[in-house]
Formats: sequence, structure tokens, C-alpha cells
Amino acid sequence: MNSVNKLLHVVLIAAAFAVPLVIKAPYQLHILILILIWAIMGTAWNLLGGYCGQVSFGHAAFFGLGAYAAGLLKFHWGISPWWGMLLGPVVAAVAALPIGLICFRLRGPYFALAMLATGEIFRLVFINQASFTNGARGILIMPEITGKMFYYYLGLVLLLLTVLVTYLIVHSKPGYYMVAIREDQDAAMSLGIPVTLYKNIALIPSAFFTGLAGAFYLNYVAFIDPNIVFSLSNVSVMVILVVMMGGVATIWGPTVGAAIYIFLSEYFRATLGSANVLVFGILVCLIIMFMPNGIVGEINILRQVAARRKERLQGGVSG
Amino acid sequence: MSFFEVKGVTKKFGGLTAVNNLSFSVEKGEIFGIIGPNGSGKTTVFNLISRFFPLTAGEIYFKGQRIDQLPPHKICEIGIGRTFQVVKPLRRMTVLENVMSGAFLRTCRVGAARQKAEEIVAFCGLEKYRDREARGLPIPLRKRLEIARALATGPELLLLDETCAGLNPKESEVAIELIRKIRDSGVTIIIIEHIMKVIMGISDRILAINFGKEITLGKPREVAGHPEVIKAYLGDAYA
Repeated sequence: MNSVNKLLHVVLIAAAFAVPLVIKAPYQLHILILILIWAIMGTAWNLLGGYCGQVSFGHAAFFGLGAYAAGLLKFHWGISPWWGMLLGPVVAAVAALPIGLICFRLRGPYFALAMLATGEIFRLVFINQASFTNGARGILIMPEITGKMFYYYLGLVLLLLTVLVTYLIVHSKPGYYMVAIREDQDAAMSLGIPVTLYKNIALIPSAFFTGLAGAFYLNYVAFIDPNIVFSLSNVSVMVILVVMMGGVATIWGPTVGAAIYIFLSEYFRATLGSANVLVFGILVCLIIMFMPNGIVGEINILRQVAARRKERLQGGVSG
Repeated sequence: MSFFEVKGVTKKFGGLTAVNNLSFSVEKGEIFGIIGPNGSGKTTVFNLISRFFPLTAGEIYFKGQRIDQLPPHKICEIGIGRTFQVVKPLRRMTVLENVMSGAFLRTCRVGAARQKAEEIVAFCGLEKYRDREARGLPIPLRKRLEIARALATGPELLLLDETCAGLNPKESEVAIELIRKIRDSGVTIIIIEHIMKVIMGISDRILAINFGKEITLGKPREVAGHPEVIKAYLGDAYA
């Protein structure tokens, strides 16, 4: 990372910390907190789906497990759901182990389908095992803290943590191995990469941080039911759209995508009513057609082109 | 025992026997050529050695250790690298990153892997392209990148699958020179090649196969003059 980039990061992060000093209205802060939750999920999904190329249509499973781990602590044992912020991600990561073991036997679209089924299985089990999960009635908690600013800062710290961990993984040996697996699994095997192991190494942190987002969601929103947190269309698929809009396999792409998603869906919901999903869908199509690398991805490509042009002026790449 | 030994290896795809009871051994420091007409089972032999396909029957030994039960990534770890006939570049990675992906096998540190990759990239004459994405490279460079990436895993035995196919004579000469340089650095090589000029020039010994069976094994001159080899390539009239 060069110094201009570093400076940019410092300025933007400082600005993010300063935002609640300027914006104090609960509604605006609520929007920002939702963006943070989606950004955490998107960043986590991106590690597995973007860098390792294993497109999961079932991340709602980990989001829901994180949320329910926190909610059930309160529901059954009266333990503060804040402990769920520790338990939730761990439960999601532990659940990811057998899921990975089974689903990584499949490649490409078959893996995607297996994950989709996994997410649905969790939703149905949590609806029907009502004696343990309270079924479709869901879990309602009384939040101990109601001020929005606290949640904003907590979400921001969690997002920065997620981004930092992702950055460290991507810029280390496992990161290179994940991208190699994404680009060509056979070539990766021929280079001595144990592909199943490294897919799991991508899945577990991905599940962990998705579970963290789930636990945070429960503590913030204070109500969950299986159809919300294990939702295929509103969680599993939406997180993919968020990452695709922002930029697959880029560090800040999911955060940018989350911001666009939440802003647009709030704006269109206010102006168009129930047609908002339609407009959002059209927009996603347009972005995928004209900016297939997402917004951050396209910016990175423009930068590379600029750098190459400079290089060409200096030396030349022909021959 | 030989450095590398294949004993009675057979591979059946359903009713088709692609490799039939094939045996050969390779000595350390040798360039060992495998030739044969299209569909004779050459690449299948490589896929069996690197364990991309499981064997139907037979045994493979490397430095006295039996290796035909190991998974593909272990084969690479014990020191057998390979390239693919249909090149498989890691498309959206740069040349240097491609080679680094190989170099990480022997190190966990990014700096060390980068340094190793830089050396290999220079050794293979790819310095000019180190920051180019692999998907933008022309075929001759992709073929060279295949070799560089396999070399980065630090192999003692390198399996080269038609590295000169699709190259013009001048490009082949560069490739041949690179293969010699690799041998001189102490790596044993098994090479599959169609271009006779290439394989006759660099191989110490050549194995000719057809229908998955050995036709003959020996010095390049002997193999080229063998009537069965001529028959396999040119038909009965020329034998």
C-alpha cells in the first residue's frame, strides 16, 4: 500500500468516526448502522465467494446461527445477548466445519446449490423445532442500550476488524492460495495446494464474521424470526448482490456495495412503495452488465490501466 | 532402485484401456522423452504420475517411496512438478503472482515467496512481463509461465507436457534452451513432445508408445529408426 493510499484510509476512517458528531438524527444513524451490518456480511462473504471463488448461496445459515445463538442465550437462560457477540460467531464457525466438509466435495454451481439447500435447511429446522427456537414466533429481546450512537461505533469497530482480518488473510499465503483455487483448481492442485483445506480456511473466517454480523443484528434490532435471518432472498442472495455491486474480490467493495444497497432501498421504499425491489433489481442488472467488476473493481482496473500507460511511456512492453 | 520408476501401470476408462501395463524407469539428471501418435496415452501417463487420475493397476516409485496412493498436492510436495498441455494460467493474477503461488509450497512468508518467484521469473526470461496479468499473455509466454510456476514449487522431477506445441521454430529453440538450463540446474525431466526435432535433440532416452503400450525404448536414433515407430506414425507403407 503506498502512502497516498494510507493517507486516504486514515482520512476516511477518521471521517467515519466523526459522522455521529454531525448526524444525530436516529433515522439517519439507523441507516448507517444497517450499512455497517451489511458491509460486515459482504466482506465476510467476499473472502469465500470473491477471493476463493466458492460462491455460496447459503450465508444466511451463518447469519441466522449467529443471531439465534445470541437470542437463545437470553430466551432460555436469561444470559445477556451481548455474550452472543462471542458465542454467535463461534457457533457459526463450528457449524461451518461439517458444512464445508460436505459441500466442498462439489464444484462450481453444484457447490452453490448445496449451500443454497443448507441455508434453507437451517430456516426450516429453526421454524419447526419450536420447543427450542420458539419457531416462527421468533425471539424478542429488550435491548439494554437504546442509544443509536453506541451501536454505530460498535458496528464500525466490528467492520474495521472484519476488513482488517480479511486484508491480512488476502495478503498472506492462504490469500494467494485462495485466488489460485478460484482461477484454476487443477492448476492449484498441481502446485501442491490442498484445495479442500484452503477452501475451508476461507469458509471458517467467512462464517465467523457472518455470525458476528448476525449476533450484532439481534442486539441492535432486538427481534428475529427464522424467516428474517435465514431468508434466502433477503440475506443469502442479497449479500451476493451487495458484493457484486461493490466489487468482487476487493477489500472495500462490499462496504461500498452495502452503502449503495441500503441507501437505494431506503430511498426507493420511501418514493416507490413496494416497487422498490423491482427498481433495485433493474439497477443490479445494469451494474452487472456495464460494470462487471463492480464499482471498486472498475476503479481498480482504471488505476491499473493508468499505471500501465505510465510504464509504457518509460519502457515498453512489446516483444 | 531407480530415481523414478513406473511398474506395470494400467488405466482403463470404462472399456477403453488408455495405458496398458506400461513400465519404465528414469535416472537422476536425465531428460526422458515420451512420444506417440495422438491419443496414444502420453498425457494420461502424466495424469497418472501426478495422480490427477487414480491408477487401475500398477505401482509408481519416486526415490524408493511408493507414490501412487498419494493425493495430487502431495505428489507436488514430495518434488514432482508438472505442466499442462492445455495451459492453465491463473488468469487474473500477474505473472509474478502466478509464480509466487507455486513458491509458497516451500515457504509461508510472502517476502520469501516473492524473492524466490523473482529468481524463477528471471531464470525463465519473463522479467519484462512480471506485472502483466496472465490472461493477457500470448501462448509462447503462457507455456513458459507454466514451466516457471512448476519450477517455483522446487521439483526434483519435472513433467513437461508438450511445451513446444503451437510454437514457431524460433520460439521452440528458446523453449529447448530453457529446458536444457533446467536440467543443468539439477532437475530431472520427463517430456512429452510431438515435434520430433525438439524431442530428438534434447532427450537422453525416448519411450515410444501407441495404444497405451510400449513400442520401444532407447536412444533417440534407435527409436526414430524403429520400424514399429515409423508404422505408428506414418502407416504400414513406410515401415
